[in-house]
Amino acid sequence: MTAHIEIRNVSKHFGAMTVLDDLSLSIEAREFIVFLGPSGCGKSTLLRMIAGLETVDSGEIAINNERIDHLPPGKRGIAMVFQSYALYPHMSVRDNMAFGLENIGMSRGVIDERINEAARILEMPHLLERKPGQLSGGQRQRVAIGRAIVKEPKAFLFDEPLSNLDAALRTRTRIELAQLHQRLQSTMIFVTHDQVEAMTLADRIVVMNNRKIEQIGSPMEIYERPATKFVAGFVGAPAMNFVEVTLDRSNGNATARFAGGMSVQTEIASGQLSDDEYTFGIRSEDVRIVPAGQGNADGMVDVLERLGERTLIYARLGNGQQIVGSDVGNSRVAVGHKVGLAFDGRKSHLFNKAGRAWHAAEV
Amino acid sequence: MDDRPTMPQPAISAASARIPSVDIYAPQWRNFIFVAPFLFFFTTLLLVPLFWGMWLSFHKADTFSSGNFVGLGNYIRLFHDKVFLQSVWNTFYFVLLTVPSLALIGLFLALCLNRRTRSAAVLRTLFFSSSVLSVTIVTLIWRIVFIPNVGLLSTIYGWFGATAPAFISDPDLAMIGIAIATVWWCIGLPMMLFLSALQQIPQDIYEAAALDNANRWQTLRSITLPSIKRTFILVVIVQIVLQFQLFGQAWLMTRGGPNNLTKPIVLYIYDTAFRRWDLGMGAAASEILFVLILIAAMAQYLVTRNKADMT
Repeated sequence: MTAHIEIRNVSKHFGAMTVLDDLSLSIEAREFIVFLGPSGCGKSTLLRMIAGLETVDSGEIAINNERIDHLPPGKRGIAMVFQSYALYPHMSVRDNMAFGLENIGMSRGVIDERINEAARILEMPHLLERKPGQLSGGQRQRVAIGRAIVKEPKAFLFDEPLSNLDAALRTRTRIELAQLHQRLQSTMIFVTHDQVEAMTLADRIVVMNNRKIEQIGSPMEIYERPATKFVAGFVGAPAMNFVEVTLDRSNGNATARFAGGMSVQTEIASGQLSDDEYTFGIRSEDVRIVPAGQGNADGMVDVLERLGERTLIYARLGNGQQIVGSDVGNSRVAVGHKVGLAFDGRKSHLFNKAGRAWHAAEV
Repeated sequence: MDDRPTMPQPAISAASARIPSVDIYAPQWRNFIFVAPFLFFFTTLLLVPLFWGMWLSFHKADTFSSGNFVGLGNYIRLFHDKVFLQSVWNTFYFVLLTVPSLALIGLFLALCLNRRTRSAAVLRTLFFSSSVLSVTIVTLIWRIVFIPNVGLLSTIYGWFGATAPAFISDPDLAMIGIAIATVWWCIGLPMMLFLSALQQIPQDIYEAAALDNANRWQTLRSITLPSIKRTFILVVIVQIVLQFQLFGQAWLMTRGGPNNLTKPIVLYIYDTAFRRWDLGMGAAASEILFVLILIAAMAQYLVTRNKADMT
């Protein structure tokens, strides 16, 4: 069973504070969608509204074209995995998983069958008789997922489920979640502030900020063609380089002029740009390190970060602006060196004062 | 010949090996000063009287002399004294009336008042306020309620043309009257203990239960009650210990009457030791009360310990 979820013009207020403002979103059946955004952007509230743990102040939520926003949480046909797992501490793993099924009067035989199947999928038959207090963080996580699976819900909701795990376990669980999605073919909604989780898991990412949706798109769309300056800065590590520029729109494609005389020829059509003041944006991997004098600009190296397969170079321009560029893993550049920075005009972005983005035409 | 210069490192490490590292857990005897005042009072006011009481219970003693050693004589006399046996039964009956009521009503009030509304806060204060009253005030209030003909209960029954039950003078009801006053007086502490336990249950467990289709009864039975099991045991043990020591209410409301039917063990001890000046027998009765409380509390603890295996 799977679900098409429709969110229409939903708003939420806590007292005088607006948490979500007239938000609409359509989630396709079998889709893995990730709500990504900084703390306090309203992503968890939206998830909890779908679950029925928060009321909807205005607007409506429908699953498979049936309105569910007036139904109690248990009647919506969804299952949720909490950040803290929210396992019942006094019940064994088996009882934790059975509780929801017993409450709807399911027969013991079916319950046992489903629990054993879920335990097999999650490789935890040996944990069934233990209590949550006897499990490690990763095992509790599995139980929480198992408790969701046995319900065979129309949709799974995950509220930052990996944030309490250590780095190695988080990576492994991420992969397991992706496999679980392929296996179950259910609609899954996943809330996180971790862009790596979002990029690796999502069919589509919903980037949220300040009560609104900034952009909805596939991970690569979000990464390569961010709709706003916020998305460009939030997604990607290190964050995108931003430089205030004036535009020369006399040619077909705009030329960005930096303070200090340097310039970059972009592939963004001048015709669609009306102002002269823009913010120029470029990701570190699109700034190559070349010998001094051979790039668009020269800079002094402040910091090196060796990541193994590549080296991040933090260089300071003559005007004091810091730009992060990328070099090969065994780069010979050292702190204090003067290097040239070559910007890839095809991969550059322009943002107006309101934060709206323009990119080179898609190839 | 080895003419290399002596390496300084081994010398340093050897020297440093001789300096003992500081063990922060090592006993510091001067810290004893901090517990000495407590130990002094604990010993003089608790341990010495405890053992002195045991010693007294084996002697025929009055206020002027500690008398002769009589072995188990005092205890044998006690078990032949019908008033004492009656007082033991009275005490058990009282504990049976009050402890379950205090635990269940306290839990019920806590469940009702565990919300963040102004009215709940006012009611919490109201229910707790009786606990700060002295036993004299409490018994005075309840005597006014129970007093025949003019009391509050009689007045209310009078409105319906009925006669109020005689809670102070009826042999079958006198102990129940004392129990009602006691529950009213003592309900604050169990309620507060249950409230604090309820507030420690994580909210997300309730959210998970809501998603698991649990109705209010299923949530109470499967989530709330198991989560506060330890507090329930604590409340029951504390109340057993407290209610076994019934004295003030019985003394002030009924003087142990009618016909010794509300005379608890402590009142019997008071009568024996300080009105009849038979200190040895009073001490023996005290030791029996001590053992009874110990057994009751331990039994309660042992019975519930195995079930209360919460994580």
